[in-house]
Amino acid sequence: MSVRGKVIKYGNNVDTDVIIPARYLNTTDKQQLASHCMEDIDNTFVKRVQKGDIMVAGKNFGCGSSREHAPIAIKESGISLVIAKDFARIFYRNSINIGLPIIECAEASEQINEGDEVEADFEKGIIINHTQNREYRIEPFPEFIRKIINAGGLIEAVNKGMLND
Amino acid sequence: MKAMTMTQKILAAHAGLESVAAGQLILAKTDMVLGNDITSPVAINEYKKINVKSVFDKDKIALVMDHFAPNKDIQAAQQCKLCRTFSDDNQISNFYDTGDMGVEHALLPEKGLVTSGDIVVGADSHTCTYGALGAFSTGVGSTDMACAMATGKAWFKVPSAICFNLKGKLNSYVSGKDVILHIIGMIGVSGALYKSMEFKGPGLKNLTIDDRLCMANMAIEAGAKNGIFEVDDITKTYLHSVGAKEPVVYKADKNAQYDETYDIDLSTIQSTVAFPHLPENARTFDNIPEIKIDQVVIGSCTNGRLSDLIIAAKIMKGRKVAKRVRTIIIPATQKIYLEAMELGLLKIFIDSGCAVSTPTCGPCLGGHMGILAKGERAVATTNRNFVGRMGHPESEVYLASPEVAAASAILGRIAQPLDVIKKGE
Repeated sequence: MSVRGKVIKYGNNVDTDVIIPARYLNTTDKQQLASHCMEDIDNTFVKRVQKGDIMVAGKNFGCGSSREHAPIAIKESGISLVIAKDFARIFYRNSINIGLPIIECAEASEQINEGDEVEADFEKGIIINHTQNREYRIEPFPEFIRKIINAGGLIEAVNKGMLND
Repeated sequence: MKAMTMTQKILAAHAGLESVAAGQLILAKTDMVLGNDITSPVAINEYKKINVKSVFDKDKIALVMDHFAPNKDIQAAQQCKLCRTFSDDNQISNFYDTGDMGVEHALLPEKGLVTSGDIVVGADSHTCTYGALGAFSTGVGSTDMACAMATGKAWFKVPSAICFNLKGKLNSYVSGKDVILHIIGMIGVSGALYKSMEFKGPGLKNLTIDDRLCMANMAIEAGAKNGIFEVDDITKTYLHSVGAKEPVVYKADKNAQYDETYDIDLSTIQSTVAFPHLPENARTFDNIPEIKIDQVVIGSCTNGRLSDLIIAAKIMKGRKVAKRVRTIIIPATQKIYLEAMELGLLKIFIDSGCAVSTPTCGPCLGGHMGILAKGERAVATTNRNFVGRMGHPESEVYLASPEVAAASAILGRIAQPLDVIKKGE
């Protein structure tokens, strides 16, 4: 699987309260959630995000609340991949569980700029920055997590009996 | 066999393994699966996609309607209704709604639903609170919650740990909140990312269960997977008093590996305030200018317990809150509310000019019951001060102990308890 898109970039410690403010958590409707994505730190996001765009951020992305609404809102807004230096742990597992592709890569997180054209190929394990002509290696996920991703998320993995002892 | 931390021992036991090592991915059995009115609806929708006929154990699931309850609007009412229907259909034993609910992480320990050695997963990041009782408890997402409700299992990456070796005794008007804000200030909001924070040492005997619950509650604010306290007589006495299951005590091996060890002398901890917009922006009063405030909130899963209300009432008794400071007191559970009433605390608060609310998470996450306008500032005993957390994106939240919050309410500015109380009080 590979994805390609334009980069929307944020800083360190992007928390789930700014990804989707709690005042909008009175619904589980994915499109409604997406319509408020990033609102409190970037009210232009919803207007400018295009299907396939890639979100790049610094350290501790998705810190704070356990709300799965956060990766849901990002995924539903059309973002195809989030690259960060590292992720807060609940956001990390939520993304894997719901099938939002994420990559931890410190170098890419630092060097990629807003607006760059970036591609990621998960099979080959590389991120290509077409704007800057740079490549980065992706650390492969452990096998257990790959199984969940390949199943299409945790629910499907459970239904396929993958989580049985 | 490899030496293990306390957390690793609990994980190994629940995965049916003799030992586990940091980084290993395991499937572990869960003793309690928790959700609230915001995360459970997403989980219930996902649960319905799983090919099971029933939940794994109707007694090991707790659904607590606390975030937007009492229902703040029609959509919140719909979400609670979905949870209520699901609980009825599946005969969930531990469903708590307006009238018997409380803020979930204050409620579960009080109901005796968690004991030492348990694994608790909750679709709420502050599920780490129960580490105070010697349980491995951690926040997960709604899909995790759905799968745990169906299978009684969850996947974990075994964490490494940071050890906090506590000694000494806290000074008057300093409490667990100051300790944990100090620690987060020291290690940062990702200082314990993916790791356990294990608390031990001779200072433990000087920390009450409420201090410990408050500290474990905020482990997530340092990015930790869990915070956990070594089990002692204080833990056992508490668990016995609430009728919890017999504790299973796990102790870290003497030669357990820690990524880092911090020695903390509790007697050196001062009243601490976390400035906007991160809990790591911790400051003590030698570094706090005069900051006028518009609101004070005393409550939440961090500091809405009886001891928090008792100390706040002690500071407020016979005094009035400053003009134009809206002070909202939220006992975290019905039991705490009732005890506060019987102790006369509610009268003290109301005489001082505070509003006293039924239990709810309410303003902590900017839900309802005390939202801030643009440019307003609040001192809150809650756990997060992110942008827009309590209302308008241009409002500010200062995190503090109930002692500091009460003093601030009286003086209308961020204040330390000793600015209000007389010597020897």
